[in-house]
Amino acid sequence: MFKRLIIKTSVVWLGLLAVGPVLAEEYVARSKPWQMWLQEPMSPSAEKINDLNVLLLWIEVGIVVFVLALLAYCIIRFREKRNPTPTKTTHNTALEVAWTAIPVLILVAIAVPSLKVLYYTDQTPNAEMTLKVAGNQWYWTYIYPDHGDLEFDSNPIPDDELKPGQPRLLSVDNPVYLPANTNIRLLLSSNDVIHNWAIPSLAVKLDNTPGRVNETWVRINKPGSYYGMCSELCGVYHSFMPIHIKALSRENFKKWVVKAKLEFAANSRSDETLRVAQVEIR
Amino acid sequence: MANSVEAHHGEHEHHYPGFFTRWFCSTNHKDIGTLYLWVAMIAAIIGGVMSWYIRAELAEPGLQLISNDPEGRQFYNVLVTGHGFIMVFFVVMPAMIGGFGNWFVPLMIGAPDMAFPRMNNISFWLLAAGFILLLIAAFIDGGPGTGWTVYPPLSSADFHPGRAVDFGILSLHVAGASSILGAINFIVTIFNMRAPGMTIHRMPLFVWAMLITAFLLLLALPVLAGGLTMLLTDRNFGTSFFDPGQGGDPVLWQHLFWFFGHPEVYIIILPAFGIISQIVSTFSKKPVFGYLGMAYAMAAIGVVGFVVWAHHMYTVGFDVNTRAYFTAATMVIAVPTGVKIFSWLATMWGGSIRMEVPMMYAVAFIFLFVVGGVTGITLANSSADLVFHDTYYVVAHFHYVMGIAAILGMFAGWYYWIGKMSGRQYPETLSRLQFWLFFIGVNVLFFPQHFSGFAGMPRRIPDYPDAYAPYNYISSIGALITAVGTLLFFVVLWRTYAAGTRVGANPWGEGATTLEWSVDSPAPWHTHEDLPDMAGKAPAE
Ligand code: HEM
Ligand SMILES: [Cu+2]
Ligand SMILES: [Cu+2]
Repeated sequence: MFKRLIIKTSVVWLGLLAVGPVLAEEYVARSKPWQMWLQEPMSPSAEKINDLNVLLLWIEVGIVVFVLALLAYCIIRFREKRNPTPTKTTHNTALEVAWTAIPVLILVAIAVPSLKVLYYTDQTPNAEMTLKVAGNQWYWTYIYPDHGDLEFDSNPIPDDELKPGQPRLLSVDNPVYLPANTNIRLLLSSNDVIHNWAIPSLAVKLDNTPGRVNETWVRINKPGSYYGMCSELCGVYHSFMPIHIKALSRENFKKWVVKAKLEFAANSRSDETLRVAQVEIR
Repeated sequence: MANSVEAHHGEHEHHYPGFFTRWFCSTNHKDIGTLYLWVAMIAAIIGGVMSWYIRAELAEPGLQLISNDPEGRQFYNVLVTGHGFIMVFFVVMPAMIGGFGNWFVPLMIGAPDMAFPRMNNISFWLLAAGFILLLIAAFIDGGPGTGWTVYPPLSSADFHPGRAVDFGILSLHVAGASSILGAINFIVTIFNMRAPGMTIHRMPLFVWAMLITAFLLLLALPVLAGGLTMLLTDRNFGTSFFDPGQGGDPVLWQHLFWFFGHPEVYIIILPAFGIISQIVSTFSKKPVFGYLGMAYAMAAIGVVGFVVWAHHMYTVGFDVNTRAYFTAATMVIAVPTGVKIFSWLATMWGGSIRMEVPMMYAVAFIFLFVVGGVTGITLANSSADLVFHDTYYVVAHFHYVMGIAAILGMFAGWYYWIGKMSGRQYPETLSRLQFWLFFIGVNVLFFPQHFSGFAGMPRRIPDYPDAYAPYNYISSIGALITAVGTLLFFVVLWRTYAAGTRVGANPWGEGATTLEWSVDSPAPWHTHEDLPDMAGKAPAE
C-alpha cells in the first residue's frame, strides 16, 4: 500500500521532469532551471540511486513533518495560558525504548537497499572497454587503451567562443565519445592536484588523485550528450573544468574511432614516454 | 582553587582592577567569557561579510564582483576558505565554548571560577593570536584558496607557493593549542570543582555538553595538529608525507583531517544541544525529560563520532567494504540524535510553555537541526553520495545541521543569559523581529540549495551553468534577509546595554532551576564564594 504510494508519486515527479528534453533532437542530460529532482537517471547505477533517493526522501519528509507536527502541537496545546500547571513526568520507559528502537528499524530498512546499490555501483565484472581519464589543471585528458591508445585533451570553451546552442561552462572542444549500452570500465588519475570526474545523470563521481588509479564503471542507457563538472576544488579554474560525454550507438562509435585515430594520430604518439610515466594506469 | 577564594575573600564586591589589568590580564571566568564573546562577534561580522560577498557573486550566473582572471578567482576561493575557517574556529567555538562555557559552567556547578584561571587567560590570547594569523594569511601572497579542508596537493608548495597557507597552518595550530588548553580546563573544573552534592548525574545538561565537547577537543585536535605539522614540513622542509611524487599519499591527509573534522562538527553542535536543553526545560517549566538518556546520548554521539570520519571521503576510491562500513556506522549516529530530539519534544509535552525569545530560538534550532539531520541520512549512504558529494546539497545540509543550527543555539543562549551577563533584559519587540528576520532569512538562503544540489550544482564555484540561476537568486535574497537580521542583532545588543530594563536574579521564574539563577544579575565579579550545597536535591534538570 505504502510502497505503491511511493511508486505512484515518484512516477508523477519523474514524469514532470522527463518532458524537458523531448523537443531536442539529441538526448541532452544536464540540469534545467527550477528543476526539483535529480537529473534524469541514464545509467543502471543512476536508476538505482534515483530509486533509493525516492525512498530516502519520503522517509525524511515523513520524519520532518512528524517532528514539526509535534512541535506545533506542543506549542499550541501546552502554552502557558491553556496549560498553566505543567506535569512532572520525566520518564516513560516504553516511550524511550520505542524512540530508540523505531529509528533503528527505519535505518535498517534504509541500509539494506542502500548497501545493495552500493555494491552494484562499485565495479563491473565484465567490462567491454576501458576509458582512462586524467585530470589536469584545468582540462581533462582522455585515453582509450582498447582503441590503439587514442588520446586527446578536452578543453573548456570560454564564454565568448561559444557557438549557438552550446551551454555555458559545460561545453568543451573535444567531447569524450563513448558507446551507449556498453559496460565501460573507468580508470581515473591526475597529473597534478585532486580533481573529481562527475556526471550526475550517470551517477559517476570519483576522485582523480595523483599517484593513484581509481576504478569505477558506467553503462550509458542511450546515445546523447551528458554533461558534468569537476567536483573537487582544484585551484582557480575549478569552476571551469566541464565534462561532456557524447554517447553514440555502438556502430557510430566504431566509425568515430576510425575517424578519431586519424584526427588525434599526432597526439597519441607525441611525448609518449612522459605521459605514460605520469599517467601510469594499470 | 582554594587560593583564589582565599585571595579575594573579604574584598569589596565592586572593586574591579584597572582597564588593562581587567581585560588583558584577566583570570576571571566571566571577564574571559565576555572577551571570547566579543571576539566571536567581531569574527562573525568578518566571516559573515565574506559569505554575503560570496552570495552576491552567486546571485546571478557570470562573474559580477570578482575579476575573470586567476587573481580574482583565487580571491573567491580565499573567501570560501576564510568564511569556513572563521565561522568554525573563530565564531562558533569561541562563542560556545570560550564564551558561554566560561561564563556558565562555573556558575552552574557552583564553582567560584575555572580550575586554572591563568591558563584560561592564555587560551583566550592564543585564540586572538590565531585569528590575527588567519587574517594575515588572507592578505599575503594571494591567500589560501584551498577550502577549509586544505587538501594537498592543492595546498602544497607546488600549487600554493608563498606564505599564505603557512600562516593558515600556524593559525590553526595556535587556535588548536588554545582549544586544547581550554578543554583541559573544562575537564578539570567539571571533575573537581562541583559544589558538594552536585554529583555527575545532577549536573545541568549544558555542563554535560561542555564536558563531552572538551573530551572531543582533547582527542581530535592533536590529530589535526599532527597533520598540520606534516603539511608544514612538506611545504618547507622537504618531507613528502602527502606528495605522491615521492611516495607520499594525499589521501593520508584526508584521513587525518576528517578524523579531526567529523568530531569537530560535534564540538560545534554539542554545546548548542546543552543550551537548548536548558532553555526548553526552563520555558516548559518542567525538568528535562529523560535526563540520563540525554546525557548519555551526547556521550554516545561523541564516541561514535570518532569512527565515522570517512563518510566525507566516499569518492576517494575506497574499497567498497570500507564504504559499506562507514555508511552503516554513520547511520548509527542517527539513533542517539533521535533520542535528543524526542526528549526535547517530550520535555515540552505536558509543560506550561512560554514562547519567550530564547524559546523561539530553541524551537527554531530543533526545526533546522531536524531538517539538516535527515539530509544527513541521505548523505550517509555511500551510494547516494555518488550523486550528492561536493554539491550544494552538502552545503545546505551542513549549514542546516551545524552552521546555522549552532548560530541559532548561540542566539538562544544569548537571549537566555543576557540578563545574567549584563543585568539588563533585551528589548522584547525588536528581539522578536530579529528572530523572525533571521529565521526566515536562513531558510530562504539555504533551503533552495537542496534543489541546486539535487540538480548537481558543485560547491566552491564562483560561476555556474545558467540552469542553476533561479535557486541561486532566491538563495542570495535569503542571504540579504539574513544580513539584515544579523545587523538587527547588533541593534538589540546596543539597546539592551543602553536601555534594557534591569532584571533580578531570576527573570524566568519557576522553570529556571539551575544555579546561575541563584546569584545576582549581573552576576557579581565573584560568585559561589560560599559553596552552595546541592546534597539531597533532585537532578539539576
Ligand atoms: C551568515 C550566514 C551564512 C552564510 C550566508 C553562509 C554562506 C556560505 C557560502 C555561500 C558558502 C560557500 C559554499 C561554496 O561555495 O561551496 C559557505 C561555505 C561554508 N560555510 Fe557558511 N554561511 C553562513 C554561516 C555559516 C556558519 C555559521 C558556519 C559555521 C560553522 C558556516 C560554515 C561554513 C563552512 C565550513 C563552509 C565550507 C567552506 C569550504 O567549502 O571550504 N557557515 N557558507
Ligand atoms: Cu576541480
Ligand atoms: Cu562527518
